[in-house]
Amino acid sequence: MFEPLKPVSRGARFVLGAAFFVLFLALWAALTFGGVIPDLFLKDPVYTLVTGYKLFAEFGFARDVGITVWRVVGGFLIGAIVGVPLGIAMGAYKPVEAFIEPFVSFARYLPASAFIPLLILWAGVGETQKLAVIFIGSVFQIILMVAVIVGSTRRELIEAAYTLGADSTAIVRRVMLPGAAPQVAETLRLVLGWAWTYVIVAELVGADSGIGHMIMDSQRLLDTGQMIFGIFCIGIIGLVSDLLFKWVNQRLYPWAF
Amino acid sequence: MSKLVVEAVSRTFPGVRKGPPTRALEETDLAVADNDFICILGPSGCGKSTLLRIVAGLDSPTTGRVLLDGQPVTRPGPDRGMVFQSYTLFPWLTVRENILFGPRATPEVADAFIAKMGLRGFEDHYPKMLSGGMQQRTAMARALANDPKILLLDEPFGALDNQTRALMQELLLGIWEVDRKTVLFVTHDIDEAIFMANRVAAMSARPGHIKAELKIELPHPRHYTMKTSPEFSRYKAELTEQVRAESIKAAQMEP
Repeated sequence: MFEPLKPVSRGARFVLGAAFFVLFLALWAALTFGGVIPDLFLKDPVYTLVTGYKLFAEFGFARDVGITVWRVVGGFLIGAIVGVPLGIAMGAYKPVEAFIEPFVSFARYLPASAFIPLLILWAGVGETQKLAVIFIGSVFQIILMVAVIVGSTRRELIEAAYTLGADSTAIVRRVMLPGAAPQVAETLRLVLGWAWTYVIVAELVGADSGIGHMIMDSQRLLDTGQMIFGIFCIGIIGLVSDLLFKWVNQRLYPWAF
Repeated sequence: MSKLVVEAVSRTFPGVRKGPPTRALEETDLAVADNDFICILGPSGCGKSTLLRIVAGLDSPTTGRVLLDGQPVTRPGPDRGMVFQSYTLFPWLTVRENILFGPRATPEVADAFIAKMGLRGFEDHYPKMLSGGMQQRTAMARALANDPKILLLDEPFGALDNQTRALMQELLLGIWEVDRKTVLFVTHDIDEAIFMANRVAAMSARPGHIKAELKIELPHPRHYTMKTSPEFSRYKAELTEQVRAESIKAAQMEP
């Protein structure tokens, strides 16, 4: 059963994956219903679920979810539109790399959340500020990771293309780009996950809508059930978008999977 | 006039981390006539691949020059098709799309080479779904479909098993016997060199240079049974002697 790298069947994979969720729920239920953790700090699973239902039914939580999704996707898309071409240029052309790599490596370590006060000053507490936080958090990561992927194109493929008459433009367009595309898509999938972290941080500070705002409000009311439900929502949306992204990648790049 | 002329070409690689420079190739001369099939034979590390890469324009000579139809070679181009030892098919393209990569490859030509190379039924497969032999057949089809003036092959069958390798040799030779495309073929396998070539250029150990040239006067079309003929054995004995001495030198140089 525990042979290294031995694959498991689809069914077994699903059952094992689901089992962890069940185990997690069971532990949660045991801790809360069993009275190990007081009600004040952690609500039980049933209460959390009922609260969640009420959030959607009575408090229009769907609108908050929609706004948060919109912010994540918007900020992430702007980051990708700016970051991917820059990353490609940096990966393909060494002078570009020499020019922007040191700055991007530095900027990558600037925490996006630290920009929030500054961005509020510059852009207020509206949507621009939320998008800017996600943009700052994702764009530098995208540039660097795309550059590494494009730069690691197999030398032999480039040489083969040269002997087939490709010029420098064709090398980038016909060899580096299609070769890097699946990994770039995987990178974007990863960065989209990080964008979720930034959006919630942005919504915890100076927002009047969104999942993060709801969590903040719930803290004032000491409603741990709502807080946990909000966090779970993020997890579920993240999981769904991740699976969707993966599915699209596999359809787009059948040769790579 | 010869089609391809290698004139006093040598290559010295600069030293790594202040080490001494490495002389990979001594001054070498080689002439390849139109429709000729030349094999460059030598032990590993003798600079034979370096020589081929310089002809392809993928590397620059330290001294000397390469002329193709009287024009000096300065960069890689579609007039010198190349097949590499490592698999170099574009993984995101199907077999047919790979063959169509070059600017001169037309769908008709691609179809013809798919048939010649026994790739029918695999046109729409991606490279990762193919065996090593099929990948190299596709790579040869891709180079030939672009109709180069000369075909350069750098140990193209080196990674294949013996049986596949023998079949690939017959396939390439069969195509050459029909098309008479000028070929420069690099190998370390003596049998392969004799079976394929009109002329074998045997190289010395590093720093390499062409030590001896041997005309192979076996009639065409060649059949695999020739590999056991007395003439074949005679050529083999002669070349083995040449290459063996160099291999011993090469082995001592690389502890």
